[in-house]
Amino acid sequence: MNPANETTDPQGSVVSASPPLETVPLRHYGRWLSAAVLAVLVAMLIHTLLSHINRNGVTNDQRFQWSTVGSYLFTSSVMHGALVTIELTAAAMAVGVIFGILLATMRLSTNRQLRYVSWVYLWFFRGTPVYVQLIFWANLAWLYPTLSIGVPFGPSFVTITTNDYVTNLFLVAVVGLALNEAAYMAEIVRAGIIAVDAGQLEAAQALGMRRAQSLRRIVLPQAMRVIVPPTGNETISMLKTTSLVGAALGGGGELYRSIQNIYNLNYLVPPLLITGCLWYLTMTSVLSVGQFYIERYYGRGVDATRSSSSKFSSTLKRSFGRSPHTEVQPLERP
Amino acid sequence: MTSRLMVEARGVEKSFGHVHVLKGIDLEVKPGEVACLLGPSGSGKSTFLRCINHLEKVSAGRLLVDGELVGYEERRGKLYELTDRKICSKRSEIGMVFQRFNLFPHLTALENVMIGPRTVKRSTRSDLERQAMELLDRVGLAEKAANYPSQLSGGQQQRVAIARALCMQPKLMLFDEPTSALDPELVGEVLNVMKDLAEDGMTMVVVTHEIGFAREVGDTAYFMDGGVIVESGKPMDILVKPQHPRLQDFLSKVL
Repeated sequence: MNPANETTDPQGSVVSASPPLETVPLRHYGRWLSAAVLAVLVAMLIHTLLSHINRNGVTNDQRFQWSTVGSYLFTSSVMHGALVTIELTAAAMAVGVIFGILLATMRLSTNRQLRYVSWVYLWFFRGTPVYVQLIFWANLAWLYPTLSIGVPFGPSFVTITTNDYVTNLFLVAVVGLALNEAAYMAEIVRAGIIAVDAGQLEAAQALGMRRAQSLRRIVLPQAMRVIVPPTGNETISMLKTTSLVGAALGGGGELYRSIQNIYNLNYLVPPLLITGCLWYLTMTSVLSVGQFYIERYYGRGVDATRSSSSKFSSTLKRSFGRSPHTEVQPLERP
Repeated sequence: MTSRLMVEARGVEKSFGHVHVLKGIDLEVKPGEVACLLGPSGSGKSTFLRCINHLEKVSAGRLLVDGELVGYEERRGKLYELTDRKICSKRSEIGMVFQRFNLFPHLTALENVMIGPRTVKRSTRSDLERQAMELLDRVGLAEKAANYPSQLSGGQQQRVAIARALCMQPKLMLFDEPTSALDPELVGEVLNVMKDLAEDGMTMVVVTHEIGFAREVGDTAYFMDGGVIVESGKPMDILVKPQHPRLQDFLSKVL
């Protein structure tokens, strides 16, 4: 620095005429080391995935038997299992979300009785394993051979034989999964509702909206921003929880059960588990993309000014690509 | 002019638990009148305003809007609490503007203005859209109709909030410190809209710290402190020649 320059020209017009200084970005030597370690680990992983072993008298067999995975991946029983898994997930989540919203609004109601009912429901269904609940519903006929609609302690109008319904394993699975899911969804929805500023409800009330109207038109649409991400979590979790159905109910035809039926016959357990996992991964990946678009929809008006991302691919690029902050611009001399 | 009062308060009291916020408020607002409530923070101005559209329940006293009790119905010497439906229907005739705007962030400016009549009155979309656009034009924001609140300045948001309240065609407008959350240079645009509204004959109750507005636009001014009205009268009288030492002290600090 030349002190003479500073005193003669405090505005800096003289110094700005000189060429910009070269800037040297910080070198991260540790990252080079970790990248090398990572590269070795990836090479080992690829090697083991493609390696061969001697097994059960077969020499030079593919360690993971990718050919077996490939041959079962698109068989009708596996594909049908995947379809049932999707149907179970969709049905259980749909019912679970609706019941969850109902339970959450009950929990936040001004009516104390509704609050207690909702609390007790949550306490029970969150407090017992979903696996046990599934088996319980399957055995409902043992407790109640018939179910009736009628006057309490009086005559009944409609009576059904429980066993006619609990033998429909798909129905039992949806009921079991949905009632359990409703308890979790209730808390997610409640968190979303209480995250909305109290002024929003007041503004809606001041316009003359009734409580239900303000909830549906004003509060819930805003709560969705908070509700959607954990609901995506729940949906992905549900997709995988459906794999309990086969074990709990001894049928139901979902993906894992279909896989299990095959490896029980041919004992090729790891390749078939991989076959199943490829399907589970495909389905959860599709769900993640769907979640992105739902989040964007409910973030309108709020997230619009926060980020300019409008496409899934651009968000991916931003997440994995080079961040603009790492690019060093030549600085003007101060 | 009818002799009927738009707002009539007789000994209105309000307590939150053990905290006595309003200790007997008497006040009258005639149709077309602009009443300004002034006073330090915590004096109960906002609480009283919120009692008028029943966002807060009155603890004691009588509060009437357009000749009808707020939140209650008097039959054979008893006060019967109104149903939620009736309270909402009465509220829909009173517009309210909040200190922090409280626009609905997930709706555009136009949708914000339309949502009240759409939901409460079930108005048809085409008529309503024209009416809402006229109101946005009136507050000078017709070109911002498609913008979300987050894309508007504070002053613009508050003007949309005024249009939103007006779209319900209220007979009374309540303003709860409408300019307190604004940058000083944005205060004027909101006060101008309120002034236009007053000139059109709207009945208004305004809680404000804008002494200038109260003097220029207000028909009556009330100075509140500690849950009571300390001094009231024509703004030109009480704000220029205050009698009560508490008001003299207040004015010397804010002016």
